[in-house]
Amino acid sequence: MSEHIISLQGVTKEFDTKGGKVVALKDIDLNIEKGDSYGIIGLSGAGKSTLVRTINLLEEPTEGKVLFDGKLLTGLSAKELNLERRRISMIFQQFNLLMQRDAVGNICFPLEIAGVPKAEAAEKARELLKVVDLEERANSYPSQLSGGQKQRVAIARALASDPEVILCDEATSALDPKTTRSILALLRKINEERGITLVVITHEMEVIKQLCNKVAVIENGEIVERGDVQEMFRKPKTKAARKLFFPDGQVTEKPLVRTSTKNRVRLVYDESTAGEPIIANMIMELGAPVNFLYANLDVLGGAQKGQMVICLAEDAATAAKQKEYLRAKGVDFTEIEEDEIDHHGEEGDA
Amino acid sequence: MDAQTLIRLLGEGTVQTLIMTLVGTLVSYLIGLPVGVSLIVTGPNGIKPAPLYNRTMGFIVNVIRSMPFLILMIAVMPYIRKVIGTGIGTSATTAALIVAAWPFVARLVEQSLLEVDSGVIEAAQAMGAGTMQIVRKVLLLEARPSLINGAAVATITILGYSAMAGTLGGGGLGDIAIRFGHYRFQPDVMWITILVLVVLVQIMQEIGVKLAGRLDNRLN
Ligand SMILES: Nc1ncnc2c1ncn2[C@@H]1O[C@H](COP(=O)(O)OP(=O)(O)OP(=O)(O)O)[C@@H](O)[C@H]1O
Ligand SMILES: [Mg+2]
Repeated sequence: MSEHIISLQGVTKEFDTKGGKVVALKDIDLNIEKGDSYGIIGLSGAGKSTLVRTINLLEEPTEGKVLFDGKLLTGLSAKELNLERRRISMIFQQFNLLMQRDAVGNICFPLEIAGVPKAEAAEKARELLKVVDLEERANSYPSQLSGGQKQRVAIARALASDPEVILCDEATSALDPKTTRSILALLRKINEERGITLVVITHEMEVIKQLCNKVAVIENGEIVERGDVQEMFRKPKTKAARKLFFPDGQVTEKPLVRTSTKNRVRLVYDESTAGEPIIANMIMELGAPVNFLYANLDVLGGAQKGQMVICLAEDAATAAKQKEYLRAKGVDFTEIEEDEIDHHGEEGDA
Repeated sequence: MDAQTLIRLLGEGTVQTLIMTLVGTLVSYLIGLPVGVSLIVTGPNGIKPAPLYNRTMGFIVNVIRSMPFLILMIAVMPYIRKVIGTGIGTSATTAALIVAAWPFVARLVEQSLLEVDSGVIEAAQAMGAGTMQIVRKVLLLEARPSLINGAAVATITILGYSAMAGTLGGGGLGDIAIRFGHYRFQPDVMWITILVLVVLVQIMQEIGVKLAGRLDNRLN
């Protein structure tokens, strides 16, 4: 029980706006274990930021309990809450560094707040700059740093108070792909080497794949599916999860070429199944072709995983045989329902 | 009037004006700065909302600010006379300047602090910073360049007030302009006084801009 470093119980958050009540979170239960790198993924407006902000009570839940390391945060006095907040760091999409302080000054900031003597704080700041590989920019101001460098300073700042948890709200969404990869690698290292629990908010599946071991899918303020990342990648149960795991656009949009939208399946394979040419054998044995729509090799939490979207035979009887064949070979596949296709374009964020 | 008398007169007037302006500005900030900070902190999106205080203080500030300076000065002079014993001269004028200027300063400070990125304040809250820590280490520091520019504006405005106060026997350059330039009809004295005022304003503006720039780490 107390292994849960973070526990949300029945958390509901409503906002009163001019246009009426907005329910951002509906009765959320969420347990995060020590050492987890827990991803929370969802489309824009799903309630991800609100959810992560209730963890350190930047957002006070309308209902429900928030526990940190077994301690009830909701109902603490401001002073007590501030003490607990020092054990939970946070990094942001927009970095949120102090523009008037240099890198060292920014990293010292949480230590000053905690009353650590100046010299000691400065020494620690310099050490942390090494950790984030930014020693030579110790005295640069944020206006003189690139986005990736700013986020590195923010990560060093987050580490300064030796936190047990780091909350990341879209930490890489303002960065280019290459910088994103390096920041994700840094966060991963922090999670693995220091055992710091991460809560990772994102709308990009790539971030989950590269950084997280657990994931929860949030839609309209509710967690619709949760579990092990590998497991969910293999067999997403809900439509929302499938949509997020599907290779973006290519399969869920109306096809440019006139391939059938019927009988599409997505298969996932790893080292254990990659040895045998199952699809090729199936085509030969059943004498019916399949269409390849998409294939990709992913690295998921360090392990290689492949996924493939193929279009089976158009007539139902052959398709059924093909599915039977795949099942017999122990291949995990998910059928893509017809109504999942073509919705992507309309629902994409503005 | 010979040149030497004129120079002595202008010298004394300038010193008086500077003393009134600087003391008036300083004391206005001693009152206006905390009030401006408190308006931000207790505002609807502030770090410690307090609607009743916020609305009351906001109202007081607005009422005083809506009164033209000369009328306000005439209105408060009897009270100033009661407190400090005189209704004319530099000290009475300085007192009137403060009464009129602190709400102006409070609003200037409020405007500067509004420019501070709410994300940075939120980051500090997430770190467990208390209200006073956020005020000192985030709000005032991040808004420093804007606060300094605001202070230059405040000083120049208060300089203008002090010159107006001269028409009511308040001393300083305004007094000279009225007594010699206007009543004794010496337009040359009038224009020289105006020139000195213009130069003073230029210097203050220049100091403000330079200082704000030098103390802004976003630029260099
Ligand atoms: N302070 C607020 N006042 C009113 N409504 C809010 C507030 N904050 C969030 N909401 C609403 O709550 C819902 C969830 O917002 P939230 O910011 O948590 O979404 P998100 O999943 O983080 O989206 P994004 O990916 O765009 O950041 C939205 O409908 C939003 O309009
Ligand atoms: Mg968000």
